[in-house]
Amino acid sequence: MSTDVTAKSPAPAPPGGKGPAAPGGILQLVLDGLRRNMRQYGMLIALGLIVALFAVWTDGDLLLPRNVSNLVLQNSYILVLAIGMMLVIIAGHIDLSVGSITAFVGAFAAVLTVQHGISWPVALVLCLLVGAAAGAAQGFLIAYLGIPSFIVTLAGMLVFRGLTELFLKGQTLGPFPNGLQKIGNGFLPEVGPNTNYHNLTLLLGLVLIAAVVRQEFRDRRRQQEFSLDVVPTRLFLLKLTALVAAIVVLTLLLASYKGAPIVLIILGVLVVGYGYVMRNAVFGRHIYAIGGNLPAAKLSGVKDKKVTFYVFLNMGVLAALAGLVVAARLNAASPKAGVNFELEAIASSFIGGASMSGGVGTVLGAIIGGLVLGVLNNGMNLLSVGTDWQQVIKGLALLVAVGFDVWNKRKSGS
Amino acid sequence: MAGPVLEMRSIVKTFPGVKALSDVTLTVRQGEVHAICGENGAGKSTLMKVLSGVHPFGGYEGDILFEGEVCQFRDIRASEQRGIVIIHQELALVPHLSIAENLFLGNEHARGGLVDWRETLRHATELLRRVGLHEHPETRVADIGVGKQQLVEIAKALSKEVRLLILDEPTAALNDEDSGKLLDLILELKNQGITSIIISHKLNEIRKVADSVTILRDGRSIETLDVKAPETTEERIISGMVGRDLDHRFPERTPHQPEEGAAPALEIRGWTVFHPIDQQRKVVDDVSIEVRRGEIVGIAGLMGAGRTELAMSVFGRTYGRYAGGTVLKDGTRIRTKTVPEAVAHGIAYVTEDRKHYGLNLIDTINRNISLTALGKVARRGVVDEHEERQVAEGFRKSMNIKAPTVFEPVGKLSGGNQQKVVLSKWIFAGPDVLILDEPTRGIDVGAKYEIYTVIDQLAAQGKAVVFISSELPELLGMCDRIYTMAAGRLTGEVPRAEATQEVLMRHMTKDKEVTR
Repeated sequence: MSTDVTAKSPAPAPPGGKGPAAPGGILQLVLDGLRRNMRQYGMLIALGLIVALFAVWTDGDLLLPRNVSNLVLQNSYILVLAIGMMLVIIAGHIDLSVGSITAFVGAFAAVLTVQHGISWPVALVLCLLVGAAAGAAQGFLIAYLGIPSFIVTLAGMLVFRGLTELFLKGQTLGPFPNGLQKIGNGFLPEVGPNTNYHNLTLLLGLVLIAAVVRQEFRDRRRQQEFSLDVVPTRLFLLKLTALVAAIVVLTLLLASYKGAPIVLIILGVLVVGYGYVMRNAVFGRHIYAIGGNLPAAKLSGVKDKKVTFYVFLNMGVLAALAGLVVAARLNAASPKAGVNFELEAIASSFIGGASMSGGVGTVLGAIIGGLVLGVLNNGMNLLSVGTDWQQVIKGLALLVAVGFDVWNKRKSGS
Repeated sequence: MAGPVLEMRSIVKTFPGVKALSDVTLTVRQGEVHAICGENGAGKSTLMKVLSGVHPFGGYEGDILFEGEVCQFRDIRASEQRGIVIIHQELALVPHLSIAENLFLGNEHARGGLVDWRETLRHATELLRRVGLHEHPETRVADIGVGKQQLVEIAKALSKEVRLLILDEPTAALNDEDSGKLLDLILELKNQGITSIIISHKLNEIRKVADSVTILRDGRSIETLDVKAPETTEERIISGMVGRDLDHRFPERTPHQPEEGAAPALEIRGWTVFHPIDQQRKVVDDVSIEVRRGEIVGIAGLMGAGRTELAMSVFGRTYGRYAGGTVLKDGTRIRTKTVPEAVAHGIAYVTEDRKHYGLNLIDTINRNISLTALGKVARRGVVDEHEERQVAEGFRKSMNIKAPTVFEPVGKLSGGNQQKVVLSKWIFAGPDVLILDEPTRGIDVGAKYEIYTVIDQLAAQGKAVVFISSELPELLGMCDRIYTMAAGRLTGEVPRAEATQEVLMRHMTKDKEVTR
């Protein structure tokens, strides 16, 4: 049996080696890979195109280190929300309350630190707990009482918005302690000799590259070890090079300004963590299962109610985190904070490949979707497009993205 | 007797890969009640769909003559205009509309786009009187029982000036009292000159209302009998329904030798379940069965006999409302109130409806297989993807699942291969008892043989197998012992040596008396 399988896995190709790949071989491999994973790569390519277009239209302003740094700071909270929203949508639900919870938690943080002078780390933990409680309350109603998530979270949207205004008595409350402000505005500290670059950011980039390369090779080795089919060597190297190049470019851009924003580090940890959970953890698998076919998942012994409950609890925690980031960034809690955030997060998920009927989507997809919207926002701001037209264009972008997906699926005949 | 009102001549209907009807001839005389019977899958419903235009003209071969004219129905509307109305097993009523609104749905009494309520109510009242339904026409359909809903359907047919009424298993969902009323109504309509075709499994009903009966088998019309003639006994009808050669092939099995003294792997005692909505109806009524390790035990029964309901209610109470009974595993009483509990006790239920209850069609083969027992390929809540892939590859080879890789979405596989994935997923869970519900439904002969072989191997490994099937030859070929069910009750237990299709069919068509 083992001989049969080793025959399938290609031997490491010598440089410029033979094999079925003729001169156009690599291109062919790339195209094949794209075609098979249209859903995954389609939006990545679209994002690349949008970035390129705006870079040209703004005479390169879009990709100035300062602007890239801004872009990250501006969009971080939507991206945090989009991660949680992706889980909710994969599970076959929706959450309309996240914008209001974001505002509510911001207000709560302001009351704690500004009015009562509670130290910021304690306030931070309390805020996350409040988010968890809000998510748990909604999750309980949805999972165990069977009230549709649309209704529960629509109610939550009104309730938490109202509570925010009550809390703040209609006023804006600030400023926040320094430590808390860092979450929204701060950068990694500067250390070491002056190199014209931000040293710690460069170091972080190097560590990241090492980790990615190590992980990719380990994955590949394990696949071979288990005598499973692996991606052709040349395609693997190409992918690895592209990945490393992307990290290098981003690191240099950020390091030549103020360094990596703290919120980017938080976001990075979330993406890796949630990506891992959704791919590898039993919990993540169960989310896909209940969203893909609820009756079948139930009959397979998946504890669907418990899974649903935790998906909403998690959304509450992430909404709280987003609330802290927004409040910290504005350095004030406002009763009008977080308006329409839920819609941006939902749009990000759908642009990033989620399906209305659930069961489909990835954390990375949500990030890509969020970045598409973010770059559109930022680019149009640079071009001084009014918010009126910005909304029109973002709406159309959502339609085009999902429409393309529907068309692509129908074409492939599934 | 009057001449024929309907003649269907040499009807042939082919679906991709399956010949559903081959050369069916049906002659119905004016003013009679004509029964059609046959096993599940014999082609009864398909024939009626051809007649009513659900399968439009052009999609079948042969001629339909109604009242002496050749008919070419393009859709249901066309057949209804000729006065042919079909009432399907699943009622086609809108639950939140009133009886009157349902009666004239798509056919409203209206003037200039506005509903004429006066005329609607008048006409509705008249129709309800004709079918003997004493309900106000403005009552919501959801608020009346299934039996009365059936009468609404018939009233709706009458509103369309029906000349030929087709009823597809009209009493399958009704209790005894409602069934009786419905059958009386059919006779009453016959007195008013309406011809009816009734599809039914229940021979006592056929004897009560029908004048003649046409028997279908494997997509062919076998014979038409005069029900009133003395030689047409229930035995005679049964032999017509099952009288075919064993044309399937089964793996060689050495019948199970019961071990002395060992308790059955699974024993169900006095199991009773009510319908989830109709609280009055017992869907499973005091059923007791047992299965031993290494044994394959069949459960035979016609549609609505309660086999699936029995299995699903035992497996984590996933059907209906529990009303009594116990489950024993290896002689000890166990709790199976939830699916995880049932699975933890080593019970697996392989559903009859793989698309809705068995598989996540948009997900891949490997993830579908691992779902029932993700813990086996996971450490501390984290799935080892490589191990998972290896497990799935193992099943792909051993079960001969035809797919290029295990990363193929199961929705793209053929029925037989999907069934192999469902089986794999439950074998991976490592159960002691497997309840297989119609494991070969809708799959081709080659894949069937492969699945029989797998079932045989499972039994040889000492697993206890409960095999629910509507195909009698399959049960006869595979099982050590066969239980029969009818209308929610256990009606017989037949050892392999004594089992023939006739014996089983006699037990399966018993409606009232229970012999054990």
